[in-house]
Amino acid sequence: MTAEVEPPGRSVEYQIETVRGSIRDATFRLAMFFSIGVAIAALGTLLVQVFVDALPRLNLDLLTQFPASLPALAGARSAIIGSIWVIGATALFTIPLGVAAAIYMEVFADPRRWYNRMIEVNIQNLAAVPSIVYGILGLGLLARAAHLGQTVLTAALTLTLLVLPVVIIVSREAMRAIPSSIRDASLALGATEQQTVWRHTLPLAVPGIATGIILALSRAIGEAAPLLLLGGLAYVTFTPTGLDSRFTVLPIQIFNWVSRPQEEFRTLAAAAIVVLLALLLVMNSIAILIRNHYRRTW
Amino acid sequence: MAADPHDFDVSMATGIGWSSRRLREGLVRRVLMAAALLSVATTIGIVVALAVPTVQFFTRVSPVEFLTGTEWTPLFASPHFGVLPLVTATAVTTFWALLVALPLGLGCAAYLSEYAGRRTRKIFKPLLEILAGVPTVVYGFFALTFLTPLLRDIWILPGKGPQIYNALSAGLVMGIMIIPTVASLSEDAMSAVPDDLRAGARALGSTARQVTTRVTIPAALSGIIAATMLAVSRAVGETMIVAVAAGGTANLSLDPTEPMQTMTAFIAAAALGDQPTGSIGYQTLFAVGSLLFVITLIMNIVSIRLVRRYREVYE
Repeated sequence: MTAEVEPPGRSVEYQIETVRGSIRDATFRLAMFFSIGVAIAALGTLLVQVFVDALPRLNLDLLTQFPASLPALAGARSAIIGSIWVIGATALFTIPLGVAAAIYMEVFADPRRWYNRMIEVNIQNLAAVPSIVYGILGLGLLARAAHLGQTVLTAALTLTLLVLPVVIIVSREAMRAIPSSIRDASLALGATEQQTVWRHTLPLAVPGIATGIILALSRAIGEAAPLLLLGGLAYVTFTPTGLDSRFTVLPIQIFNWVSRPQEEFRTLAAAAIVVLLALLLVMNSIAILIRNHYRRTW
Repeated sequence: MAADPHDFDVSMATGIGWSSRRLREGLVRRVLMAAALLSVATTIGIVVALAVPTVQFFTRVSPVEFLTGTEWTPLFASPHFGVLPLVTATAVTTFWALLVALPLGLGCAAYLSEYAGRRTRKIFKPLLEILAGVPTVVYGFFALTFLTPLLRDIWILPGKGPQIYNALSAGLVMGIMIIPTVASLSEDAMSAVPDDLRAGARALGSTARQVTTRVTIPAALSGIIAATMLAVSRAVGETMIVAVAAGGTANLSLDPTEPMQTMTAFIAAAALGDQPTGSIGYQTLFAVGSLLFVITLIMNIVSIRLVRRYREVYE
């Protein structure tokens, strides 16, 4: 065949279009790198900034001293212990309730029933309710109407309600990841639905559920807004002695310190942030360890 | 007893052994269901906790004054209950947050879903998860002690520049905080687009960019809109960043360099005052809380509906 008609690939218009196209391709690629770059640069700057600010106060006094009006003498002891109390109690309530609800939704709930669909939508919606609204719930119903007061118990119950939707959602996902062949085999051998859940589905889903619970609790440990409404900002110079004790927690102590004009308190706030981030790091490392150690591919 | 052969027969014939197990399993099932119903109780609890003091509030203050008034001084001797300054402040911080979070979140999502290889995805996704896991009070600290001084130093636009407390840096940092939300939900939506569509577009000569902008993003649009709604809901409900960095005075203004108090920041500030039950301050807190809850509820419902719709299309 003789090249009487020039193939479109060689025409000047086509080549210009190609060049334009590749410039656009490159710009688009650059824009995406920029997006992810900004996100990561922000994270890096934030961490470095906090550490640099915190350096002068990263010492043992921070862990052993109570808050004081003189920044040089102040520490975050009551806040650290308070956070551990509140999160411990939250875990105590969250784990059984979350896992039970997840088992019901994933195994027993017939999705064709209107009430099960309602629970499902309701859980999704609760997961997106602003945390301060849970604080209002805790203040209005638990602290005032139920007379629980501004105590560790009220805080833990409020945080439990706050993280339950997340725990339920991730626990369901963990159970859904267990292949149905295991469930089918158990049922075929004559086990009841519940024997199958307790002996097969749930034990196999434990790593996934545990990871989800730890992640939910690490969200709870950083929450300040709902606890502000529960009187967490009180100048607390003691550690909780029980569930009926008043309390403060790290995020609220940080908020208190960062709200003061003196530079020394800002430093103290940065140091408390380092402690909080360290706690989060420990919790997340445990979650990752569990996830990697028990990871199974089916 | 157990050795008696009749025992076995009886149990088989009457199903007594079965029925006691059934009874027990029925009980367990009810307990599990009760745990699931706790979520419904939570919602009812939120509505009741908000509604009662809010109704009491509206017996003292007319809803018209509340929703259209431009002055917000509920705790002053001569109180005014116009919530508009709080609403505009929330709108301003939300606007700046979305201006950051939407393009950057979408950029991250497009990269992770369409461009990144397995290994890069394995690096970037955990980094975004860390960004999502930073407590919001830490973001507030960052806005107040890093971004605000930075903006004040490099301010080149006309005007005095940002004040020590301002809506701009609170909004921008909030945007950074929301990037992972937008990115992860949009990426889910984009990954759910079947590869056949991409392969078809590639076969017709599209580049990766054209596939992304003309095939994947349009196909995932409802999921991306759902992510946007959720981002709005998070920005509207975010408390600690604005409480730390945006200031504590109600200010009816659209100028983000000024200090202003959002709805959430007001609730936090009012709660710190430890209002006695039944006082007007206490009721005001709940009235603003109700408004906040209604706004975010609408966003969430729209978002959940959209997510369902796109799931139905591709499953």
